[in-house]
Amino acid sequence: MKILNIGMNHKTAPVEIRERLASKEVLEDLVKIESIKEAMYVLTCNRVEAIVITENEEETKKAIISFLCRLGDISKEKILNFIYVYRDLDAVKHVFKVASSLDSMVIGEPQILGQIKDSYRQAVEKRTTGPVINALMHRTFHVAKKVRTETGICESAVSVSYAAVELAKKIFETLSDKKVLLVGAGEMSELTARHLVSQGAKEVLVANRTFEKAIELASRFNSYAISFDEIPIYLEEVDIVITSTASPSYIITKDMLKGIERKRRNRPLFFIDIAVPRDVDPDVNSLDNIYLYDIDDLKGVVQANLEQRKKEAKKAERIIEEEVIKFGKWLKQLDIVPTIISLKNKAYSIVEKEMRRSQSKLKDLSPEQKKAISILCKSIAEKLINDPIIFLKSKAGRPSLNTYLDFTKKLFKLDEQQGEEYNEDTRHKFNNR
Amino acid sequence: MLGHILFKIAIFCYILASASLIVYIIKQENRLFKTGILSLISAFFFHTIFLMYGYYILGTAPVLDFRSALSFFSWSIMLVYFFIYLRFKSKILGAFVAPFCSFLMISSSFFPMSKAPVKPIFKTVWLTIHVLTTFLGNALFAIAFIASILYLLQDHYIKHKKLSFLYKRLPSLTTLDNINHYALVYGFPFLSAGIITGAIYAQIAFGRYWQWDPKEVWSLITWLLYAALIHERIAVGWKGRKAAIMSVICFLVLGFSFLGTSLWIKGYHNLKNLGTIGS
Repeated sequence: MKILNIGMNHKTAPVEIRERLASKEVLEDLVKIESIKEAMYVLTCNRVEAIVITENEEETKKAIISFLCRLGDISKEKILNFIYVYRDLDAVKHVFKVASSLDSMVIGEPQILGQIKDSYRQAVEKRTTGPVINALMHRTFHVAKKVRTETGICESAVSVSYAAVELAKKIFETLSDKKVLLVGAGEMSELTARHLVSQGAKEVLVANRTFEKAIELASRFNSYAISFDEIPIYLEEVDIVITSTASPSYIITKDMLKGIERKRRNRPLFFIDIAVPRDVDPDVNSLDNIYLYDIDDLKGVVQANLEQRKKEAKKAERIIEEEVIKFGKWLKQLDIVPTIISLKNKAYSIVEKEMRRSQSKLKDLSPEQKKAISILCKSIAEKLINDPIIFLKSKAGRPSLNTYLDFTKKLFKLDEQQGEEYNEDTRHKFNNR
Repeated sequence: MLGHILFKIAIFCYILASASLIVYIIKQENRLFKTGILSLISAFFFHTIFLMYGYYILGTAPVLDFRSALSFFSWSIMLVYFFIYLRFKSKILGAFVAPFCSFLMISSSFFPMSKAPVKPIFKTVWLTIHVLTTFLGNALFAIAFIASILYLLQDHYIKHKKLSFLYKRLPSLTTLDNINHYALVYGFPFLSAGIITGAIYAQIAFGRYWQWDPKEVWSLITWLLYAALIHERIAVGWKGRKAAIMSVICFLVLGFSFLGTSLWIKGYHNLKNLGTIGS
């Protein structure tokens, strides 16, 4: 049993290549490859990945690559420059990393886990998964959750507008019933205002040099526009001001704000100045209960948060290493599980058969005594097969394992059918589709 | 002897709580916070039994020497802290309150226990009420003080764009200001009640409501300062930085009027002299 992960992401391939492999129906064609036992196909805007389980690694790898060539109409020589191939525990590690968002364009972004869950759901619906992928995915979701809660990888904003929202929360605690004033209409200022509204801000007023534009923007926030001259008056009642005009000089000066704190009853006032050149006099920041962040400050915050996430990613990698080792242990056991099951079944069926045969001789015994005898027989049988099982487990993952498995099967004359159950089961699923 | 053991257990729990809550700030793991809060609750539990035992032995509130005054102050702060925690759910405040209380408790253990027999004039319910209200008031002001310091720190971080370690862990400015406000508004009636019941007790015990003893004078000054601060907050709308600075100053004066007049300045309130009153 081998796990194989073949794919490309934003680091290895440009979007022109990736988009050619983005088709919803890929999975159904992929599992037509005979040597694939289980499969799923992950498709997001930053990556295309096939995760498959196979007995025959080389053959499957070649088949998948030529399948991808056909799918994207790319030549074989070309595609090899873009793809990566991970095997076994490397594949497991890669999947864990992807789901924990360590492999994302923006480290720690939360969408990727949901996207992997979707891909898995599709694969389950199309019945292309089996015990290995199921176990791998459940482990993956567990690891991703662990990484998220035990490291700060998803903490703190990594975009300017979110950084502004986070700051606003550190000042106001809650944004509900807070009033926002937009000075100047710009894409980024509008986006920031939208984030504030989604966090509960009550009202967004708009001031702009061209009044029509202000009205238009205000209508999008179900609010009203004010004229430029009215700004000083409104500064007395709003809580957050976002400025983004093209004005060459300061629109909000320190003089404008002198004495305003008394009228505002010292409520904090937060200026987000994303204009270049700046709209708010930097000296404003020195006034009590007034906080000013310009675009460079916010970019600095974002940069620092990104650095922080990279540091946290190191912690996350440690967690992932541990989990890969755990999963590796499970994987090694997987090969011996069918043999152990049939060994146990054999022992139990012998006990049952012999109990039935002796039934007539035991009929005088009380139910308690009968039960005691049945337990006795079972535990003798279990004791007998216990050492062979421990021995097999200790050989898990060794190259000599297959010899020992064969030997065990012969020694105990195990039912071949039971041992092959797993393989039959998954193959069956594909054919039934 | 029993009192001694209870006191030791309480100190141990205080220290354990401080350690877990401080490590909680750094590591941000919830189980540390749980350990911290549970230790604090146990500390408070043993401390309460210790005080009840003291009350039973002495026949009056066990606050007649400096040692017990410090320990009682620590107990009051804990009691108030639990209310503040339930109201604001701020997990970080404990990491400052618990070490503060541990400090009070440890300092307390360095002062000698008063061996003097308890005078009959102390065995009145008025003394208990006087001490309880005063200390609860002071404890609320201590919380306001801690919240104000944290406010000033957070204000500094946000103003100077130092968005690092503590900034992330401290609550928002508004929350800190609210804690400050809440503690002041509730602390003031307690302090007032403390002064009034003190006067009544003085009338009963010494036949005079007010005798311009240094502690009385300093308490009056503290009371006036807090009155001014609360007036500014409620009537004029003081908030934020200025209010926080003022709260810090008020508490420093309060600290002085408690420590100074208990230890250094002579007067009948001086805890060293308590044993000699009425003799």
